Amino acid sequence: MDFALDDQQRMVQEMVRSFAEDRLRPGAAERDRTGEFPHEIFEEMGELGLLGMFVPEEYGGAGMDLLSYLLAVEELARVDASVAVGMSVTNSVCCYPILTFGTEEQKRRYLPELASGRAIGGFMLTEPHAGSDAASLKTRYRDAGDHWVLDGSKAWITNAGVGRYFVCLATREPELGVRGISAFILDADQDGVIVDRPEAKMGLKSSRTAMVTLDGARVPKDAMLGEEGRGFRVALGTLDHSRLGIAAQAVGIAQAALEEALRYASERQQFGRPLIGHQAIAFRLAEMDTEIAAARALLWHAAWAAGQPGRHSRESARAKLYASEMANRVVGQALQVHGGYGYSREYTIERLYRDVRVTTIYEGTSEVQKLVISRALAELAGTLA
Amino acid sequence: MNCIVCMTHVPDTASIIKIGPDGKHIDESGIKWIVSPYDEYALEAALQLVEAQGGEVTVVCYGPARAEAGLRECLARGAHKAVHVVGGEETLGDSMAIAKVLAAAVKDREYDVVLCGVKGVGTDNSQVPQMLAELLDLPHVTNVTKLDVAEGTFTAEREVEGGVEVVESPLPAVVAATKGLNEPRYASLKGIMAAKRKPVEKVEVSALGLDEAALAGAEATYSVRALELPPAKEAGKVIQGEDDPKAAAAELARLLRDEAKVI
Repeated sequence: MDFALDDQQRMVQEMVRSFAEDRLRPGAAERDRTGEFPHEIFEEMGELGLLGMFVPEEYGGAGMDLLSYLLAVEELARVDASVAVGMSVTNSVCCYPILTFGTEEQKRRYLPELASGRAIGGFMLTEPHAGSDAASLKTRYRDAGDHWVLDGSKAWITNAGVGRYFVCLATREPELGVRGISAFILDADQDGVIVDRPEAKMGLKSSRTAMVTLDGARVPKDAMLGEEGRGFRVALGTLDHSRLGIAAQAVGIAQAALEEALRYASERQQFGRPLIGHQAIAFRLAEMDTEIAAARALLWHAAWAAGQPGRHSRESARAKLYASEMANRVVGQALQVHGGYGYSREYTIERLYRDVRVTTIYEGTSEVQKLVISRALAELAGTLA
Repeated sequence: MNCIVCMTHVPDTASIIKIGPDGKHIDESGIKWIVSPYDEYALEAALQLVEAQGGEVTVVCYGPARAEAGLRECLARGAHKAVHVVGGEETLGDSMAIAKVLAAAVKDREYDVVLCGVKGVGTDNSQVPQMLAELLDLPHVTNVTKLDVAEGTFTAEREVEGGVEVVESPLPAVVAATKGLNEPRYASLKGIMAAKRKPVEKVEVSALGLDEAALAGAEATYSVRALELPPAKEAGKVIQGEDDPKAAAAELARLLRDEAKVI
């Protein structure tokens, strides 16, 4: 067992850290206020290869490993979690399923644009009435001869309005259940895709999230992703993978919170000494540091497991569950260290507190992660054979 | 247009420096090492020249085993080749010894310009580029903030006290870059992957016809007697002025004149 990063992983980590400090840090607080989507930053990330990290060189990507990607997400999230989620979504739920389930022609058609940042990507699974119960989705598709036609509503779509290609799940007939669901690569640049105004969210303000209405949206015949009726497998395989990106985002936000708390506790004097000189605060910081390290280790283990043969749903769900719950605890504690100032928008911790909240909700709530883990346990025990 | 870039691997500028047990070296435990920031300007200038005019960038470093990570970083940003002269622990800070090693490593290679950072962050001696130029019998320009290269000649702007000096010179030459010359690029992910396939040539100091023990001993031009940390900053002085701003301003002026002696 070796916990050392290799040269490539270390260079990715250092490059993204510098990039985040130089390019993301200066405008992060302002973007949180305005909610403006940072197009230039995404362009630059595309040029650096950050939007198609797993995409092999032959399709215009960098061909990086999963851990390098998770290190990059953590470093971005440490400075601006909104940018991190937009980047993570393009990599994890758009490039990854096309790469994993796509035909050779689909890979050649879509991946170079996504990997270079010329097109941002996304994923359309969730609907107003189908959240955790994703298989109950109602968006319909039908065969219109030389193309497919999609009709329905998709909710909470990250990168809606700024993204071009979306992996979209739809059913031929809701009564067929899981078997009726197919996956498509949807080009959002058409009249049949109507993006509602951006959701007014608690945090992740500069990440664009909106409801999308599909009203006769056309998909070319050759843009069905995977076999017809096997779309739910595409979705589950994608989520096993993309959960790790959200776990990395949570670790990055928690790391930022620890750094903010440590700085504040070193500068702020009460009762004649810095806060860190008071054991109640010092021990709190020690606990935060330990929890972050535990989550990171679990995440890196899950990344390793994802590279082994067989399924890794349980490992991914564990990492996402623990990292996101941990991050909410740690950010809450870090805010407490700031006392009254933590409740002020003047301090970064206030933004982190709002940004971190969604990590236990999106890409599967904590409850869904527990469902995944407990089903795997039951399977092991033979009770759900 | 072939460029050679001399790189030195230095402690991260954000490092907390402690003095080692011998009192003459820094304690290297826990230090993160980086490409000296001034060398990043030199590398960026070289990459831009080669992109515009063709040719290759070779990065040369005289440093211990860990310095290979710095060379890999330069390769990831786009340099074509790297030369690692392994050593340098005993000659650390001796600009003449470093210049002799670099000159020996560079002299038989094909190049039109040798680019250096104006100084290595850490020892901050600002001497190696000039010494290197003398040893190679080449013209040199330091503190360069703008560089235009034409066929066999270049024009550089250099920072001087209170202004800018414009210098023209034939090539080949040694050019020492400073802040303002350019904005160094990040290593792209493709660059990081490509760096794995690029060569790092390892060279022993003895293979250059030099004796490192002698450079650090009999021929040394520099020795460290003792290292000390700068004295801790004293607490600032606050002049209370809410009741009588006029008196506070007068007191501030007096302190700036009589104590700080800055006005």
